[in-house]
Amino acid sequence: MITQTHYLLLSAALFMIGVFGVLSRRNVIVIFLSIELILNAVNINLIGFAEYWGNSSGQVFAIFVIAVAVAEAVIGLGIIVAFYRNKETINIDEMNLMKW
Amino acid sequence: MAEAIIFYTLAALILAFAVMVVTVRNTLYSALLLAADFLLVALLYASMNNLLLAVIQVMVYAAGIVLVYVFVVILVNLKRPPEQQPDRGRYRPIGTILAAAVLGELILITATGALRPAPAGGAEAVGSVENIAMELFTNYLIPFEVASMLLLVAMVGAIVLAKKEL
Repeated sequence: MITQTHYLLLSAALFMIGVFGVLSRRNVIVIFLSIELILNAVNINLIGFAEYWGNSSGQVFAIFVIAVAVAEAVIGLGIIVAFYRNKETINIDEMNLMKW
Repeated sequence: MAEAIIFYTLAALILAFAVMVVTVRNTLYSALLLAADFLLVALLYASMNNLLLAVIQVMVYAAGIVLVYVFVVILVNLKRPPEQQPDRGRYRPIGTILAAAVLGELILITATGALRPAPAGGAEAVGSVENIAMELFTNYLIPFEVASMLLLVAMVGAIVLAKKEL
Protein backbone atom coordinates (compact mmCIF):
# COMPACT_ATOMS: atom_id res chain seq x y z
CA MET A 1 0.00 0.00 0.00
CA ILE A 2 1.44 3.34 -1.08
CA THR A 3 0.85 5.96 1.59
CA GLN A 4 1.52 9.65 1.89
CA THR A 5 4.89 8.87 3.53
CA HIS A 6 6.17 7.23 0.34
CA TYR A 7 5.46 10.34 -1.69
CA LEU A 8 7.09 12.52 0.97
CA LEU A 9 10.24 10.38 0.98
CA LEU A 10 10.48 10.39 -2.83
CA SER A 11 10.00 14.14 -2.85
CA ALA A 12 12.64 14.68 -0.14
CA ALA A 13 15.18 12.54 -1.99
CA LEU A 14 14.55 14.34 -5.30
CA PHE A 15 14.77 17.71 -3.55
CA MET A 16 18.11 16.85 -1.97
CA ILE A 17 19.55 15.55 -5.25
CA GLY A 18 18.67 18.97 -6.70
CA VAL A 19 20.29 20.76 -3.75
CA PHE A 20 23.41 18.65 -4.23
CA GLY A 21 23.50 19.66 -7.89
CA VAL A 22 23.18 23.35 -7.03
CA LEU A 23 25.98 23.14 -4.45
CA SER A 24 28.46 20.94 -6.30
CA ARG A 25 28.33 22.05 -9.96
CA ARG A 26 29.76 25.23 -11.38
CA ASN A 27 28.19 25.18 -14.82
CA VAL A 28 25.30 27.63 -14.48
CA ILE A 29 23.07 25.70 -16.90
CA VAL A 30 23.38 22.54 -14.79
CA ILE A 31 22.57 24.59 -11.70
CA PHE A 32 19.37 25.74 -13.39
CA LEU A 33 18.55 22.14 -14.32
CA SER A 34 18.98 21.22 -10.65
CA ILE A 35 16.56 23.99 -9.67
CA GLU A 36 14.00 22.45 -12.03
CA LEU A 37 14.50 19.14 -10.19
CA ILE A 38 13.84 20.92 -6.89
CA LEU A 39 10.62 22.45 -8.24
CA ASN A 40 9.50 19.01 -9.45
CA ALA A 41 10.07 17.61 -5.98
CA VAL A 42 7.86 20.37 -4.59
CA ASN A 43 5.15 19.50 -7.12
CA ILE A 44 5.22 15.81 -6.14
CA ASN A 45 4.83 16.89 -2.52
CA LEU A 46 1.90 19.20 -3.31
CA ILE A 47 0.06 16.56 -5.31
CA GLY A 48 0.71 13.91 -2.68
CA PHE A 49 -0.86 16.11 -0.03
CA ALA A 50 -3.76 17.04 -2.34
CA GLU A 51 -4.56 13.35 -2.78
CA TYR A 52 -4.18 12.82 0.96
CA TRP A 53 -6.58 15.57 1.99
CA GLY A 54 -8.99 15.14 -0.90
CA ASN A 55 -8.61 18.81 -1.83
CA SER A 56 -7.82 20.17 -5.28
CA SER A 57 -5.87 23.19 -4.02
CA GLY A 58 -2.65 21.20 -4.21
CA GLN A 59 -3.01 20.69 -7.94
CA VAL A 60 -3.79 24.40 -8.42
CA PHE A 61 -0.60 25.32 -6.56
CA ALA A 62 1.34 22.80 -8.66
CA ILE A 63 0.09 24.59 -11.78
CA PHE A 64 1.25 27.91 -10.32
CA VAL A 65 4.65 26.41 -9.50
CA ILE A 66 4.97 25.26 -13.12
CA ALA A 67 4.08 28.76 -14.39
CA VAL A 68 6.67 30.37 -12.11
CA ALA A 69 9.25 27.74 -13.13
CA VAL A 70 8.72 28.65 -16.79
CA ALA A 71 9.22 32.36 -16.06
CA GLU A 72 12.30 31.61 -13.97
CA ALA A 73 13.85 29.38 -16.65
CA VAL A 74 13.29 31.91 -19.43
CA ILE A 75 14.68 34.88 -17.49
CA GLY A 76 17.59 32.87 -16.07
CA LEU A 77 18.60 31.54 -19.46
CA GLY A 78 18.30 35.05 -20.94
CA ILE A 79 20.71 36.28 -18.29
CA ILE A 80 23.06 33.36 -19.03
CA VAL A 81 23.09 34.16 -22.76
CA ALA A 82 23.66 37.88 -22.11
CA PHE A 83 26.44 37.08 -19.65
CA TYR A 84 28.09 34.64 -22.04
CA ARG A 85 28.03 37.23 -24.79
CA ASN A 86 29.93 39.67 -22.58
CA LYS A 87 32.28 37.39 -20.66
CA GLU A 88 32.65 34.22 -22.77
CA THR A 89 32.10 31.99 -19.75
CA ILE A 90 29.28 30.37 -17.80
CA ASN A 91 31.43 29.27 -14.88
CA ILE A 92 29.71 30.39 -11.70
CA ASP A 93 33.08 31.11 -10.04
CA GLU A 94 33.85 33.74 -12.67
CA MET A 95 30.50 35.48 -12.19
CA ASN A 96 31.80 37.90 -9.59
CA LEU A 97 30.87 41.26 -11.13
CA MET A 98 28.70 42.19 -8.18
CA LYS A 99 30.88 40.56 -5.55
CA TRP A 100 32.12 43.07 -3.03
CA MET B 1 0.30 -4.77 -5.11
CA ALA B 2 0.43 -3.53 -8.70
CA GLU B 3 0.24 -0.01 -7.32
CA ALA B 4 3.31 -0.64 -5.15
CA ILE B 5 5.30 -2.14 -8.03
CA ILE B 6 4.49 0.84 -10.27
CA PHE B 7 5.39 3.34 -7.55
CA TYR B 8 8.72 1.75 -6.62
CA THR B 9 9.77 1.31 -10.26
CA LEU B 10 8.93 4.92 -11.08
CA ALA B 11 10.55 6.25 -7.91
CA ALA B 12 13.78 4.31 -8.55
CA LEU B 13 13.92 5.51 -12.15
CA ILE B 14 13.16 9.13 -11.19
CA LEU B 15 15.91 9.18 -8.58
CA ALA B 16 18.41 7.41 -10.85
CA PHE B 17 17.81 9.88 -13.69
CA ALA B 18 18.00 12.81 -11.27
CA VAL B 19 21.39 11.60 -10.00
CA MET B 20 22.59 11.31 -13.57
CA VAL B 21 21.35 14.84 -14.37
CA VAL B 22 23.52 16.36 -11.65
CA THR B 23 26.60 14.16 -12.18
CA VAL B 24 26.94 13.77 -15.96
CA ARG B 25 29.75 15.90 -17.44
CA ASN B 26 28.15 16.82 -20.77
CA THR B 27 25.59 19.62 -20.35
CA LEU B 28 23.52 18.50 -23.34
CA TYR B 29 23.19 14.97 -21.92
CA SER B 30 22.20 16.56 -18.63
CA ALA B 31 19.33 18.45 -20.28
CA LEU B 32 18.13 15.37 -22.20
CA LEU B 33 18.25 13.21 -19.06
CA LEU B 34 16.20 15.90 -17.34
CA ALA B 35 13.57 15.56 -20.09
CA ALA B 36 13.44 11.81 -19.43
CA ASP B 37 13.11 12.53 -15.71
CA PHE B 38 10.19 14.90 -16.34
CA LEU B 39 8.45 12.25 -18.43
CA LEU B 40 8.85 9.75 -15.57
CA VAL B 41 7.42 12.29 -13.11
CA ALA B 42 4.48 12.72 -15.51
CA LEU B 43 3.97 8.95 -15.37
CA LEU B 44 3.99 9.19 -11.57
CA TYR B 45 1.29 11.87 -11.73
CA ALA B 46 -0.73 9.66 -14.06
CA SER B 47 -0.37 6.75 -11.62
CA MET B 48 -1.81 9.08 -8.94
CA ASN B 49 -4.84 9.76 -11.20
CA ASN B 50 -3.70 13.31 -11.97
CA LEU B 51 -4.02 13.18 -15.74
CA LEU B 52 -4.28 16.96 -16.17
CA LEU B 53 -1.05 17.53 -14.26
CA ALA B 54 0.63 14.71 -16.23
CA VAL B 55 -0.31 16.35 -19.54
CA ILE B 56 0.84 19.79 -18.32
CA GLN B 57 4.09 18.24 -17.11
CA VAL B 58 4.79 16.69 -20.51
CA MET B 59 3.76 19.75 -22.53
CA VAL B 60 5.34 22.50 -20.42
CA TYR B 61 8.32 20.82 -18.78
CA ALA B 62 9.43 17.98 -20.99
CA ALA B 63 8.67 19.82 -24.23
CA GLY B 64 8.89 23.55 -23.48
CA ILE B 65 11.45 24.13 -20.76
CA VAL B 66 13.89 21.41 -21.82
CA LEU B 67 13.74 22.72 -25.40
CA VAL B 68 14.77 26.19 -24.18
CA TYR B 69 17.61 24.63 -22.19
CA VAL B 70 18.83 22.68 -25.22
CA PHE B 71 18.76 25.87 -27.33
CA VAL B 72 20.84 27.69 -24.73
CA VAL B 73 23.32 24.79 -24.48
CA ILE B 74 23.76 25.01 -28.24
CA LEU B 75 24.02 28.83 -28.21
CA VAL B 76 26.55 28.83 -25.41
CA ASN B 77 29.00 26.67 -27.29
CA LEU B 78 31.74 26.38 -24.72
CA LYS B 79 35.33 26.21 -25.75
CA ARG B 80 36.34 25.58 -22.16
CA PRO B 81 33.56 23.98 -20.11
CA PRO B 82 33.62 24.97 -16.45
CA GLU B 83 34.03 21.40 -15.27
CA GLN B 84 37.33 20.97 -17.07
CA GLN B 85 38.98 23.89 -15.37
CA PRO B 86 41.35 23.33 -12.46
CA ASP B 87 40.12 22.77 -8.91
CA ARG B 88 36.79 21.49 -10.13
CA GLY B 89 34.43 19.95 -7.62
CA ARG B 90 35.74 22.11 -4.82
CA TYR B 91 32.24 22.32 -3.35
CA ARG B 92 31.50 18.65 -3.81
CA PRO B 93 32.34 17.47 -0.25
CA ILE B 94 30.36 20.22 1.46
CA GLY B 95 27.48 19.75 -0.98
CA THR B 96 27.41 16.00 -0.33
CA ILE B 97 27.53 16.44 3.43
CA LEU B 98 24.88 19.15 3.51
CA ALA B 99 22.47 17.34 1.19
CA ALA B 100 22.93 14.01 3.01
CA ALA B 101 22.41 15.65 6.41
CA VAL B 102 19.20 17.43 5.43
CA LEU B 103 17.93 14.31 3.62
CA GLY B 104 18.53 12.25 6.75
CA GLU B 105 16.69 14.82 8.80
CA LEU B 106 13.73 14.84 6.40
CA ILE B 107 13.57 11.04 6.36
CA LEU B 108 13.67 10.97 10.16
CA ILE B 109 10.86 13.50 10.42
CA THR B 110 8.75 11.78 7.78
CA ALA B 111 9.26 8.28 9.13
CA THR B 112 8.69 9.08 12.81
CA GLY B 113 6.26 11.98 12.66
CA ALA B 114 2.61 10.99 12.63
CA LEU B 115 0.37 12.50 9.98
CA ARG B 116 -3.09 13.43 11.02
CA PRO B 117 -5.46 10.78 9.63
CA ALA B 118 -7.01 11.66 6.32
CA PRO B 119 -10.55 13.00 6.56
CA ALA B 120 -13.17 10.41 5.80
CA GLY B 121 -15.03 10.70 2.55
CA GLY B 122 -12.33 12.78 0.87
CA ALA B 123 -10.08 11.76 -1.98
CA GLU B 124 -12.64 11.23 -4.68
CA ALA B 125 -11.08 12.35 -7.97
CA VAL B 126 -9.38 15.45 -6.63
CA GLY B 127 -7.13 15.42 -9.69
CA SER B 128 -9.99 15.57 -12.17
CA VAL B 129 -10.17 18.46 -14.61
CA GLU B 130 -13.56 19.57 -13.25
CA ASN B 131 -12.35 19.91 -9.66
CA ILE B 132 -9.10 21.65 -10.58
CA ALA B 133 -10.92 24.08 -12.89
CA MET B 134 -13.50 24.80 -10.21
CA GLU B 135 -10.77 25.68 -7.70
CA LEU B 136 -8.69 27.59 -10.23
CA PHE B 137 -11.50 29.81 -11.52
CA THR B 138 -13.22 30.50 -8.21
CA ASN B 139 -10.91 30.55 -5.17
CA TYR B 140 -7.68 31.16 -7.09
CA LEU B 141 -8.92 33.45 -9.83
CA ILE B 142 -6.80 36.48 -8.86
CA PRO B 143 -3.53 34.49 -8.54
CA PHE B 144 -4.37 32.96 -11.91
CA GLU B 145 -4.64 36.40 -13.53
CA VAL B 146 -1.48 37.55 -11.74
CA ALA B 147 0.31 34.49 -13.15
CA SER B 148 -0.63 35.59 -16.67
CA MET B 149 0.88 39.01 -15.91
CA LEU B 150 4.02 37.26 -14.60
CA LEU B 151 4.38 35.31 -17.83
CA LEU B 152 3.94 38.49 -19.90
CA VAL B 153 6.62 40.30 -17.88
CA ALA B 154 8.95 37.28 -18.17
CA MET B 155 8.46 37.24 -21.95
CA VAL B 156 9.25 40.96 -22.27
CA GLY B 157 12.25 40.56 -19.97
CA ALA B 158 13.62 37.62 -21.96
CA ILE B 159 13.32 39.57 -25.23
CA VAL B 160 15.11 42.57 -23.70
CA LEU B 161 17.87 40.35 -22.27
CA ALA B 162 18.42 38.64 -25.60
CA LYS B 163 18.94 41.92 -27.49
CA LYS B 164 22.26 42.41 -29.25
CA GLU B 165 23.52 45.38 -27.26
CA LEU B 166 22.91 45.28 -23.52
